[in-house]
Amino acid sequence: MRREVPLAITFFVGTLLIISVFLPPAEGLGEDFTVFFDIIAVFAFFLGGGNLVRVHLTKLSRRKEDWPYSIVTLLGFALMLVVGLFKLGNPGGIAASPTTDGSYFQSIFDSVLLPLGATMYSLLAFFVASASYRAFRAKNREATILLVAAFIILLGRTPFGMALTGFIPEQFDLFQVPNLAVWIMNFPNLAGQRAIMIGIGLGVVSMSLRLILGIERTYLGGDER
Amino acid sequence: MTWAPLVSMSNLGVVISLAVIGGGLLWLLYRSLLAKEVDRRVIFLFILVSVAAPLLFPMTFEEQATPVVKAIFDKIESLPEGSRVLISFDFDPAMAPEVQPMANVVTQHCMVKGHKVIFMCLFATGQALLTQSLELIVSEQFPDKVDGIDYVNIGYKAGNEGVLNVIVSDFKKMFPTDVNSVPYDSIGVFKGIRSCKDLDMVFTIGGGKPGVKEWVLFVGDPGRVPVAGGVAAVVAPQMYPYYPKQLFGIMGGIKGAAEYESELRKTYPQFHDVDAPGLRMMGPQTLAHMVIMAFIVLGNVSFIVQKRRDRRRKR
Amino acid sequence: MRCRQPGHTPLLLLALILLFVSTDVCVAQSEPDPAGSLMADTARVTVAPPTSVIVTDHKYDNGDALELSWVPSIDDRIPGGKVVRYQVYRSVNEGEYLPIQELLPGSNFFLDESLHRDSVYSYYVTAYSRNDSAMSVATAPVSPQREWLHVDRAWLFVIALIISLAVFYFIRAARKGEDLFIRKIAGLEAVDEAIGRATEMGRPILYIPGILDMDDVQTLAAITILGRVARTVADYEIQVRMPVSRSLVMTAARETIKTAYQTAGRPDSYSDDMVQYVTDEQFGYVAAVDGIMVREKPATVFLLGAFFAESLILAETGNSINAIQIAGTARPAQLPFFIAACDFTLIGEELFAASAYLSGEPKQLGSLKGQDVGKFIAMVVIIIGVIAATLAQAWEVPFMQQVYDALTFVFSTQ
Repeated sequence: MRREVPLAITFFVGTLLIISVFLPPAEGLGEDFTVFFDIIAVFAFFLGGGNLVRVHLTKLSRRKEDWPYSIVTLLGFALMLVVGLFKLGNPGGIAASPTTDGSYFQSIFDSVLLPLGATMYSLLAFFVASASYRAFRAKNREATILLVAAFIILLGRTPFGMALTGFIPEQFDLFQVPNLAVWIMNFPNLAGQRAIMIGIGLGVVSMSLRLILGIERTYLGGDER
Repeated sequence: MTWAPLVSMSNLGVVISLAVIGGGLLWLLYRSLLAKEVDRRVIFLFILVSVAAPLLFPMTFEEQATPVVKAIFDKIESLPEGSRVLISFDFDPAMAPEVQPMANVVTQHCMVKGHKVIFMCLFATGQALLTQSLELIVSEQFPDKVDGIDYVNIGYKAGNEGVLNVIVSDFKKMFPTDVNSVPYDSIGVFKGIRSCKDLDMVFTIGGGKPGVKEWVLFVGDPGRVPVAGGVAAVVAPQMYPYYPKQLFGIMGGIKGAAEYESELRKTYPQFHDVDAPGLRMMGPQTLAHMVIMAFIVLGNVSFIVQKRRDRRRKR
Repeated sequence: MRCRQPGHTPLLLLALILLFVSTDVCVAQSEPDPAGSLMADTARVTVAPPTSVIVTDHKYDNGDALELSWVPSIDDRIPGGKVVRYQVYRSVNEGEYLPIQELLPGSNFFLDESLHRDSVYSYYVTAYSRNDSAMSVATAPVSPQREWLHVDRAWLFVIALIISLAVFYFIRAARKGEDLFIRKIAGLEAVDEAIGRATEMGRPILYIPGILDMDDVQTLAAITILGRVARTVADYEIQVRMPVSRSLVMTAARETIKTAYQTAGRPDSYSDDMVQYVTDEQFGYVAAVDGIMVREKPATVFLLGAFFAESLILAETGNSINAIQIAGTARPAQLPFFIAACDFTLIGEELFAASAYLSGEPKQLGSLKGQDVGKFIAMVVIIIGVIAATLAQAWEVPFMQQVYDALTFVFSTQ
């Protein structure tokens, strides 16, 4: 029963939602189920938050490796929870939005979360360089084509691309680097992207059928063997 | 090669930075010719210098709007005054430095054209960024604009595509009030707007999910609303399949913002003295791109030299 | 004594009167009369009404919408037209007409939604100038109709049916023992080797299922693959670490790994701490995962699921600790980063095929063959479409234009 009931629910809901695409009276079902999922996900926040607190409290109490960082995690968690829940320092009071300008929640968001998020994102600049250095090598024909295309796109994204090839006459302006970069994006790249997207669509159909029909059961915690 | 792209390049700091970068690359070229690989930390250091130098010693370059960006500019420019435009801030703080300049410059354009703008977001953390943009652009540069009459901030709603599924047919059902709890029916901007189908244009900025694709799928196509997208540069290639039918314009990364700012300055000279973060940030982007290209060359030099050595040893 | 002539005085008076009148007139002509200009501003700006107002049932809905169309006022169609707005009025069940929608000049269509099937509606449209209005003739009362089937999606149904039948056919064929050729997927062939490496080095495996929730099909794919990987991990008795960014994913992953350990006969080796919730915030999660990678130095890293900007950060950090990395995502924007930084990459559909491939079960492999039928159809249609479009546009072959139009009609979304 432990596996049969979820499989039956999956089959019923999956089939219903497929049929609802073709039946106008049932068209709103997809939207309703999306809302149901969001409600469940919101309640699941408690599970995740509880797990986070438990793990770090355990680490702290047992003085496991790097336990001082657990204090930072727990303090940060508690601070944002209290400040946001009770709308501390909020000019609009308890009824206002937690992100009201001037509130402690908004201030901490602006001065801590924003810069931290931007810092992590900015790591990409460094990693793109190191990945490019390592990956774009002319090892074979395909790698060489990749290398040349990458060069054209990189150059096309700078003003030097036009500066270097601006002398090319208008009849052959496709060979001006920025235009060539746009051509590569619009044609070979686009063709490849579309092919991948078609494959993904078919893969989703196949996987969804396996899930709805109960052929694929590992997500429930095991298969039929 | 002409020097026309360099619009302003001022002082000794710029020259020294370029000399350091150039000299360092030459030294690495020498090492590559000896088939020595470059430590990743050295690469990181070069990127640091190439990004920091143009920020410390300002370097800006002329930008020409590409057709995908110009399409957005022309659309907003051609809409009559009082048109209803929705701008959705579908990004979080991590993506803000790359995409927020797009949001700001399109807001500037809409404000100067006198359009009625609805601001919203589908990311919880986008709400604070929206507030920031409203302060920086609307409150500071257009103090005569009135909240509720010229623009409205309806804020964030949880539900991702579920939100779009609803507002494509009923705005009020999902947003009964704005962020200041003013009822929908009392907001002047919403007069005559029941759903997204009554909008003249949607501009969505982001690169994640929900984002541009979801706006096209759930609002643009079914509601027949013109949608344009501003995305991070890495996501822009994915948007080209939708151009020009489902997305009438695309802005990609800082370059997209820089091109739009350039176009705005050409049409409205009053923006010459206003900060243009896109144009400002193209300096570091351009120099960093050149450094990355240099490293790709160095990597291939090292690879080819090593390959030749290995062939000689085999003989 | 001299007598004055009697006609002089009236003439003089007349002359004086004429003089004053002409002076007033001159003054009026030389100075603007404010009252006169006000009179000019309040002059009525007449406008012609919209015509040919038609209301029809909105197709393929639940009987809750009507479509209203009209020919805009002739005063709207001239440059600098006088129409400033349109107002749609509606009467329900032959009651009073009330305004329901204001529209911009140039509008000629309105979709009225959230109606009731049992009511009758009639409409008229009024064109407004600055200070005048003109209403159209009212429509006859109409009720919205419910359609039970989305007939315009018939082709979508047919295509979905063909692909589904192909999947069923090959599943049946596989069950009967037919030998189905499935090409080798390098990333999946390397899973056992990658786990074996972790065993030899005595280091853990790190499994990252993406950053989206269980409602995303990529996350589902990642959890199904986890079930296969966890079985091997349990057999080899090595540690698996799985930080997740969604609470529901944490719950599902725990169930999956626990069952794998139970099936392997090692229930005591399982611990809930193998799967930990970190944060929903994208880059907070990335920072935590990077920290785990750098501190614990896993021998093998699986990056399977939905990733966004953090893909390169995770992949490069994994590369810097010399871990074997097997990545897979259905987000085309992130594939180049994984290909550049990881040892093996599952591209798009390979992620969804992975679980079936790893299971080796005939039923599951049959579904992969069915998927290939869909790809074959797509390839044939693309080739025919490209030839048709090229011949139609370059050489204006009418039949090819019809073929192209037919293909567009069949394969466009409704």
